[in-house]
Amino acid sequence: MNILVAISKTPDTTAKITLNNGGNSIDESGMSFIMNPYDEWYALVKAIELQEQLGGKVTIVHVGLSDSDTIIRKGLAIGAQDAIRVNANPESSNFVAHQISAIVESGSYDLVLLGKESIDYNGSTVGAMVAELLDFPYVSYANHLEMEGDNIVLNREIEGGIEKCKSSLPLVVSAAKGLAEQRIPNMRGIMMAKSKPLQVVDPVSVSYGAQTVRYELPTEKSGVHLIPADDMKELVRLLHEESKVI
Amino acid sequence: MILVFAEHQNGIFKKNTLEAVTYARKAAELMNLSCGALVLGNANSPESLGIYGAHKVWQFDDIHFSNFDSRMFAKAIADIAIQQQCSVLVFPDSTTGKSLLGRVAIRLKADSVSGTHTLPDCSNGFEVKKKIYSGKAIVTLSLNTDIKVLSLTGNSIPSEKTGSEVAVTPVTCELPEAQVAVVETNRVVGTVPLPEAEKVVSAGRGMKGPENWEMIEKLAQTLGATTACSRPVADSGWRPHHEHVGQTGIAIRPNLYIAIGISGAIQHLAGVNNSKTIVVINKDPEAPFFKAADYGVVGDLFEVVPRLQEALEDYYSS
Repeated sequence: MNILVAISKTPDTTAKITLNNGGNSIDESGMSFIMNPYDEWYALVKAIELQEQLGGKVTIVHVGLSDSDTIIRKGLAIGAQDAIRVNANPESSNFVAHQISAIVESGSYDLVLLGKESIDYNGSTVGAMVAELLDFPYVSYANHLEMEGDNIVLNREIEGGIEKCKSSLPLVVSAAKGLAEQRIPNMRGIMMAKSKPLQVVDPVSVSYGAQTVRYELPTEKSGVHLIPADDMKELVRLLHEESKVI
Repeated sequence: MILVFAEHQNGIFKKNTLEAVTYARKAAELMNLSCGALVLGNANSPESLGIYGAHKVWQFDDIHFSNFDSRMFAKAIADIAIQQQCSVLVFPDSTTGKSLLGRVAIRLKADSVSGTHTLPDCSNGFEVKKKIYSGKAIVTLSLNTDIKVLSLTGNSIPSEKTGSEVAVTPVTCELPEAQVAVVETNRVVGTVPLPEAEKVVSAGRGMKGPENWEMIEKLAQTLGATTACSRPVADSGWRPHHEHVGQTGIAIRPNLYIAIGISGAIQHLAGVNNSKTIVVINKDPEAPFFKAADYGVVGDLFEVVPRLQEALEDYYSS
């Protein structure tokens, strides 16, 4: 089974966000970036598990500039066989989806896996877009996946429950927590990753996509209102009269 | 025309659908358009969507929609949007809405935004805002194609009953064969799912062990709240994984979030800091959660929670 895993780069959760020029851009100096956890912990590891079980190959695709190579090498160290970097800024989910689908069309893949969302924009749209561009079936929020003959059986997280579904291949799947167990790259993996192929390709042109106008920071909370531990009547009064939530 | 996708679950329109209908109505008024709600499959009283603001209700009642296949749903929505000459499509930001938004946007070659919390600003094109980096920043995005597709974050705009029932117009289009077959659906019954809950009572390691959860459940029951927990609690098996809120668990945005014995690690805050009112109960006055809280109680939870329980019971009985 040949699997393409799309990974994205996100700021570390602990990153402090500051703006440049009154909101024209995010100040990335001093920010540390990581591989999006849903892509790394669940999508990539599940792909590697399937490859170990069924043979074939796991290829990483990433849309980004050369400063992304560190996280791509990490993906190779975890166990992917090779990687393709589309050399462009990931301008919008629409742009990224067009790049990923172009890579799928230029190769031969049975399964496209990606995280259920990136932890920066939480958009959750790229998977659906890739599926539509390729006319593939799409199963989102999968937390369990196994082969059953030629079909693939998945559990999909829905509000307050689980939907069990079945699809043929090729298929696009977005991965939720539980799909696989996080793997930490070992020394051998890190050494091998250095010599694994990382191909850099030019982007395909895309004529539309949402455009960023500006950024702003949210207004800070006014500060916590402390209530004495022996006066819970006061807390209840505030919840009712001041914040009107009960 | 603005089209709002009126998602239903076993025939019932959920809160986020009604919010999306009201949102679409308000956006339509800003743009001098009218607002039509699209129902796929068999739902209870589609005419009631008029009450929440729909000028028109279209229903495509076909048995195939009892099986969720994103490609089939997306084709139906896009085809009907074209038939009805819709220039803006609104989805609730649910697992279903988010699975469809991208497909529909591609079919219509439309710019899209998932999870906006604001009405469009049309003074300079079409701009909406979206919270990013776990609420640490807000981005304004401009959609420039003739058709725009967006989803509305839950609990950001309340539904309003401002209209009256409208007649249901049947619509139809050609449907492709489903690619994905739903084999079975299992839902937790009896409680409001966390992503939809308006009140959440959540507890962490400060509880010391799973045997102490009775008071959390009791508090939640009195409040009509859903219970949740922090990651270490779910990981040590004290509570089921579906209760885990935070960055890698479920992201929630209730009106009221009560955090008991949770220190407030940044990964936890990332999943809950869009809550409207946050109450933190913790014995450690240095717990980082207090910085994100509206109300704080510094004290031993085993004493504070029973007092809060008593105060709430008094409140609800008077």
